[in-house]
Amino acid sequence: MEPVVVTGVGAVTPLGVGARTLYERWTAGVCGVRDGEAPCEEFDPSDFLSAKDARRADRFTQLALAASAEALADAGWESGGELPYAAERIGCVLGTGVGGIATLTGGQDTLRERGGEYVSPLAVPLMMSNAGAGAVSMRHDLRGPSYAVSSACASGAHAIGSGLRMLQSGEADAVVTGGSEAGLTPLARAAFSALDALSPSGISRPFDARRDGFVMGEGAGVLVLERADAAHARGARVLGTIRGYGASSDAHHLTAPREDGEGQAAAMSAALRDAGVAAEQIDYVNAHGTSTPLNDRAETHAIKLALGEHAKRIPVSSTKSAIGHLLGAAGAVEAVATLLALRDRIAPPTLGLSEPDEGLDLDYVPGSARPLARARNGAGAAHGADGTASEERAVLALSNSFGFGGHNAVLCLEAA
Amino acid sequence: MSTTITEDQIETLVIESLQTFGADPEQITREATFEALDIDSLDLAELSQIVHENYGVELKGSDVAEVKTVDDAIQLIASRL
Repeated sequence: MEPVVVTGVGAVTPLGVGARTLYERWTAGVCGVRDGEAPCEEFDPSDFLSAKDARRADRFTQLALAASAEALADAGWESGGELPYAAERIGCVLGTGVGGIATLTGGQDTLRERGGEYVSPLAVPLMMSNAGAGAVSMRHDLRGPSYAVSSACASGAHAIGSGLRMLQSGEADAVVTGGSEAGLTPLARAAFSALDALSPSGISRPFDARRDGFVMGEGAGVLVLERADAAHARGARVLGTIRGYGASSDAHHLTAPREDGEGQAAAMSAALRDAGVAAEQIDYVNAHGTSTPLNDRAETHAIKLALGEHAKRIPVSSTKSAIGHLLGAAGAVEAVATLLALRDRIAPPTLGLSEPDEGLDLDYVPGSARPLARARNGAGAAHGADGTASEERAVLALSNSFGFGGHNAVLCLEAA
Repeated sequence: MSTTITEDQIETLVIESLQTFGADPEQITREATFEALDIDSLDLAELSQIVHENYGVELKGSDVAEVKTVDDAIQLIASRL
């Protein structure tokens, strides 16, 4: 089957506007958490949207539009110009956990305080979970299949997996895919707090003994996927390959992962099988790493189950240590960050980690980034010991995403 | 109540609403078409809501569907007061 490559990436995150900004600031050790939350402070919708378009879009859609514009430009798709494929052959699949929650709660406030006749006619088109996918398809005239994917905090990864399958099935020639979330609202804060999921200390420090919950963030990540032969034919720069995708369900509990990590490991193993690679070929794992007591322990089990002894030989780190938990956008933003780090052969850090919890004994890359060691016996060296050229092997990562409801989605990414 | 509302007041309300919806203020004239102003059915639904809030007049979707220009809207509202 023809490989599916990534030709463009975009992101708006608590570390700033831009995919490279996210990657560079994270690897430099910058943390986007402010007062216990991680908002996109540098994002100004008016930089991307007319006044009309901005008021027609909930913040989660605004973030998706900004990240998509960057991704398409990065892929060399000229803004407002001719698309590289027939519009009918370009799909759009975006994940979100809850969609336009600020619009929903605002509408509820209006209903309660003023009455039903004052609820805005824009309420439904702004709050619906598919508003982001709809707006992106309209903005760029993408006329292939478009829809939203929702699996809580695995939404972004599931969306990319769905986009991958859309290409592999021949349903589309290119897919704009990713996720967005803008849930920093009083209702979401109260609701996650009621679950004891949010960090009372307001610190995201995955795998640390002192971790006490996740820090809620917002943002969006978008990737442009194309088939490799077509991308090369149009002279596109290729950032990497979506080598594989695996998904599973814990079928266990509404919010808690299986303690033994079996469901998560099943998704990781499925991604490896789909990619056609052995566990020993993985160079880096971008963990879901939420900083909740339950996830980080279960996920550590899962990584060991899926990768065996190899798990202890490779770096495992969490983007959420730098940007908090972007919920339905997390998997997409983390795929973008992982791919860019992999391209530079960098293992990005788990910030704030200084005392790994008992039993959490993987290499979590505490504190600062470092060069990515090649995992397999020097086989990846561009030149053999005798100085002769040898084929450089693929540099591979797994990116984990797990959601409330027991949804597990894992991507296997290869840097170009 | 209706006898105290002038057409100028209606015009002001309509123009302010259209600006809120994102129409270019320089293009808003009584003759301007909603199509030219990029004002669509969602905007007109909002306008109906604003008119109801300010004047207590209910404009039905079928009424608004016939409205093509700013002047049409002003006349429609005035006729219902």
